Amino acid sequence: MPVSVANSQLVYDAMKGVGVKLVSALPETWLVHLIRIADDDPEMTLVRLAKEEEGVGVSAGAHFAAVKSAMLLQNHGFLQAINGIIGVSLLYKIPLLMLITDRGSFGEKDPWQTEGGKYTRPVLDALHIAHDDLSRPEDVEPKIAKAMTLAQSSLSPVALLLQRDLMWEEPK
Amino acid sequence: MKRIDCLKAIYPRLDDCAVVTIMGAVAAELYSLGHRANFFYLEHAMGLASSIGLGIALCQPNRKVVVIDGDGSVLMNLGGLTTMARSRPKNLVHVIFDNETLLSVGGGAPGGYKWFTTATSTGTDLAAIAKAAGYPRAQLVRELQDFEEAALDAINGDELNCIVAKVEAEMPKSFLMDVHMLENRFEFPRWLQTKGGMN
Repeated sequence: MPVSVANSQLVYDAMKGVGVKLVSALPETWLVHLIRIADDDPEMTLVRLAKEEEGVGVSAGAHFAAVKSAMLLQNHGFLQAINGIIGVSLLYKIPLLMLITDRGSFGEKDPWQTEGGKYTRPVLDALHIAHDDLSRPEDVEPKIAKAMTLAQSSLSPVALLLQRDLMWEEPK
Repeated sequence: MKRIDCLKAIYPRLDDCAVVTIMGAVAAELYSLGHRANFFYLEHAMGLASSIGLGIALCQPNRKVVVIDGDGSVLMNLGGLTTMARSRPKNLVHVIFDNETLLSVGGGAPGGYKWFTTATSTGTDLAAIAKAAGYPRAQLVRELQDFEEAALDAINGDELNCIVAKVEAEMPKSFLMDVHMLENRFEFPRWLQTKGGMN
């Protein structure tokens, strides 16, 4: 599977570097290594969700207990979690770091992934959720650190959109 | 069985527990017994009280967490029961008040009349679902004495436990809560983070 192991590790190390101790997730292809690395790390609590909205609640509970957390999800997972993001994170001013694999952009071969990606940025913008793309390995560590800093200072959700160029390596 | 009587029965024991409730009648009635800094009332996002409780329980394994849920909320996050069950925090007690109606979002009316019922009114058994989801213990209670015994046993125990309590669809005397959501939001974690070094 041509998901980048090296860049998944980079993202994981950056999350740990900013103090993330709990990750909640649902898998999708681009996230498989990230989730596996989290699962293999005895210092990380991995919560396997049935649906993404739960993760918003789990992260809120972690925040109440002074534990930093992150959610790993995909475009449709983000869209699924909207009510929780509004009714918990935004309403109660709770930090939430979302790492969203951003499917459906240039290069997408799976027809079923081509719709959800179109709405992710407009919905993030509609909710005034700060977001940035992660495309280059050298940006991973500083952008994740800055995203976490903003989430904690603004007591708000923030999103990093993991791009194809970072997460996927076309077979040669 | 009345919800308020159930709450009264366990109120003294909630002293050192992190308590997360759903919105509406449950929140208002617990509040009416006397607000405490260790009570967090989730006034929206139906279904996520148990997810918040799970997050706390995983991050503070030595702290007892009591989630006070309702049938309408649980039915909005049935998958959450499976997440809870597989995470299996030993320090969490999941109380579900089942009044068979969406009382607090307008499904109930004075006098206990139910005009918008939930599926528990037609046979859905939340204790059986919790058990089948993988909760090590789950039971349905209909009498106050049974509730008190089961709830206190669960809170004093050392296992994920679900107690579904069939209660009347009665409105609280008042929905008034003189603690702002944001005040509650900051007060609660301060209590969690300072009381007893439970991490």
